[in-house]
Amino acid sequence: MSRELFKFKGGIHPPGHKAESTGRLVHPAPLPKKLVIPLRQHIGNPARPVVNVGERVLKGQLIAAADGAISAAVHASSSGIVSAIGPACVPHISGLPDECITIETDGRDEWIAHGPLDYQALAPADLLARLRDMGLAGLGGAVFPSAVKLDPGAALVCPTLIINGGECEPWITCDDMLMRTQADAILQGVAIMRHLLGSSEILIGIEDNKPEAIAAMQAAAAKLDFAVETVSLPTRYPGGGAKQMIETLTGKQVPSGKLSTDIGIQVFNVGTAHALARAVHHGEPLISRLVTVTGHVLRAQNVEVLIGTPFDTLIQLAGDRDGTTGVLMGGPMMGLPIPDTSVPVVKATNCILVKSAELFPPPPKALPCIRCTRCADACPAELQPQELFRFAKSDDFGRAQEYHLFDCIECGCCSYVCPSHIPLVDFYRYAKSEIWARERDKRAADLARERHEFRLFRQEREKTEKAEKLAAKAQAKRAELAAAPTDASSSGASEADAKKALIAAALARAQAKKAETTPQNTDNLSPDTQHEIAEIEARRAKIREQARKPLESEETP
Amino acid sequence: MPSPFIIDRSSVTQIMAWVLVALLPGIAVYVWLFGPGILITLSLATVTALVAEAAMLKARGYPAKPFLADLSAIVTAWLLALCLPSLAPWWLIITGTLFAIVVAKHLYGGLGQNIFNPAMVGYAVLIVSFPVQMTQWAGPLELTLIEPGAVQLSLAQSAAVIFGGDLPKATLDAITMATPLDVLRTGLHQQLTVDEVMTQPIFGHYGGIGFEWLAAAFLLGGLLLWALRIISWQVPLAFLAGIWLTAGFLHFFDAGRFGAPWFHLFSPSVMLCAFFIATDPVSGATTPRGKLVFGLGAGFLTMVIRTWGGFPDGVAFAILLMNLCVPLIDQYTQPKIYGAARKEPRA
Repeated sequence: MSRELFKFKGGIHPPGHKAESTGRLVHPAPLPKKLVIPLRQHIGNPARPVVNVGERVLKGQLIAAADGAISAAVHASSSGIVSAIGPACVPHISGLPDECITIETDGRDEWIAHGPLDYQALAPADLLARLRDMGLAGLGGAVFPSAVKLDPGAALVCPTLIINGGECEPWITCDDMLMRTQADAILQGVAIMRHLLGSSEILIGIEDNKPEAIAAMQAAAAKLDFAVETVSLPTRYPGGGAKQMIETLTGKQVPSGKLSTDIGIQVFNVGTAHALARAVHHGEPLISRLVTVTGHVLRAQNVEVLIGTPFDTLIQLAGDRDGTTGVLMGGPMMGLPIPDTSVPVVKATNCILVKSAELFPPPPKALPCIRCTRCADACPAELQPQELFRFAKSDDFGRAQEYHLFDCIECGCCSYVCPSHIPLVDFYRYAKSEIWARERDKRAADLARERHEFRLFRQEREKTEKAEKLAAKAQAKRAELAAAPTDASSSGASEADAKKALIAAALARAQAKKAETTPQNTDNLSPDTQHEIAEIEARRAKIREQARKPLESEETP
Repeated sequence: MPSPFIIDRSSVTQIMAWVLVALLPGIAVYVWLFGPGILITLSLATVTALVAEAAMLKARGYPAKPFLADLSAIVTAWLLALCLPSLAPWWLIITGTLFAIVVAKHLYGGLGQNIFNPAMVGYAVLIVSFPVQMTQWAGPLELTLIEPGAVQLSLAQSAAVIFGGDLPKATLDAITMATPLDVLRTGLHQQLTVDEVMTQPIFGHYGGIGFEWLAAAFLLGGLLLWALRIISWQVPLAFLAGIWLTAGFLHFFDAGRFGAPWFHLFSPSVMLCAFFIATDPVSGATTPRGKLVFGLGAGFLTMVIRTWGGFPDGVAFAILLMNLCVPLIDQYTQPKIYGAARKEPRA
């Protein structure tokens, strides 16, 4: 506990509501009759189905393989018959159906043959490939394929490995309960991470509102043959965000637009470490996870849930009540509203939060911004939210970008503290989606113009070529007639060649110039960002409608 | 509704209510020292502001209730009332308040949109248009006790003066007094040195007798606002530093011609401005460094106007001039964001 801690700027202290769901023992959820398993549960390319409708699958069997460098495989969470492959409702921000594999379970829960891996004997590349095929992805929320994060590459070194047990969002306790009950398994996963990354310093960051978890992790770490420091962090949202945790523990900031690995730090969620241990030591792919079911339910609790289990069976398990006003996936700060509770639990589902009017009263009507800058004080990205709001509201997207709109992590601190109750984050989402849309339109327009210009150029060239050809032909004919052949026509041809070369050179110059002047901020996007763009695209229309509405109080009566 | 799904309990109404509460110590001291006339001024300004606000909201097609309930109009009214002379005639109070609410606030777009501090616009209009009426200050209690013929007015007497219209000049002269700043200015014009002027009975320990207690009461209320984090430390500290440094600089070079820094610091208008007026978020700078620049600039300009300007006090004009500079200040003082290149890792 002697470690010097640093303070990240901003943050808030919302009521924790953790005790509601930590009082009951963790237990497995009952096996549902039907499992709906989305092919896209992670950042990157969706998995490719490798089974057919009607086929019988076993628990843990690969049903969709990773596709491309950044992807993760998907497995059957229980044994049964594949009854459908196609679009179904998923818990995604877009609210759009996505490709899923539906399995009618047979109740036997029959495992496919599986066994431990000797990770120390395997070559790192082979081990990473196996992990990718095990469907491992970050369970903290971003669901980035773990195999990619565990491969630091030749040029990168990650001397510091941070295991994130922050769990700063109110209501959610699945990481807390996992640390209390599975501390040894988590640390087995950490040992594998250490093996792959070659880290020399391992820190486990846990917010100090989880004393039992801290004690359990410390006790388990004491049994290891390498040093793992469990650090108690002050409870402050969003202290469990990777960037904030890095700053709290090391005093370093991840440079804007870069990854933590650029400063030698890799961060994993405790759930990911646990899943890694299950995969390596038991050969079990990622087919289940801990989910907190809490909020407006009779028995808030944490359950071990098979991926693909519908939300409503879990809500019934926890005891649904009258007066439910909605369901969230995740916490109240960054969670996703779920319009249809038949959607399945996915790898990213850490919490099912049932809302009621008492627990989550609708916000009061928004008033105009009074520039009090409480949002700026609360912003962990150290932005000026009041200015971003002004620019977003007036569609001044250029200024919004100048003021670092894209460094906004949408943590919701600004909206939380705003005394005028302005839904600030909605405005930022709107501005971001508009900017992506305009970039896309601009690229399309550029391409169209390029094509058009080339067409004009080609038509012109064809015309001159034709004329030259005709002239040459006529000259040749004349020469033939004059009985003085050969050299006139050959000089004509070489002239045309020279012209062609000139044109080609000019074209190349023009293209080089164009490449130089293209805005750089949309080039070389990380898969992370590309995914973000895709998500933003999908929800753009929806958000636009919401954000374009004037503040309610500004409506004329 | 997308995330977040919880919000803090704070509200604009709550912020404005705390500002009003923080003004109470100042008002109490005001009543004790200068008589209950200020209560009439405050009430008249409040009623005028609310009526004007309601009328403007209706004219602009906005719902009246949420905006009247935000209390911002009352804050404007109180701040203006506290800047006015304690025996200012009723029409002066109404004119100033109307100008503040109708022109400076609503014609610029209402709550959150005004470029200039409404109370200071109201004050500036009055001091430019009615300089004589703007000198009708009652004398402080301590002075009325020692000054022959001077009296402290009761509520009824104050009302008579405020609503009485034109009083005979002799009567008015008997009940009003020059403020310490005026006395200093007049004395300096008469080629007296600061020390000679300061021997007059109106001066107390630091500032004017009585006035310094009023200043202390505003300071107390201001510290409450700071403790509640309703105002930031940057603006008040920078403003007071601007006053103190400018006055100290001048006083250091010619103590005979320029008042002492403590004298300037402990005037009620400076303390009121530092904690309640310069800290107005709407018309002030928003960045941490910008707030320092804003406060320092306002303090410096206040001293410049007090020293060389044509008006008895410079606070209102200093604030209005700095309001003009806010967009520029904000633009050039944008703080570094998380992960921006820094010279050294932050500790």
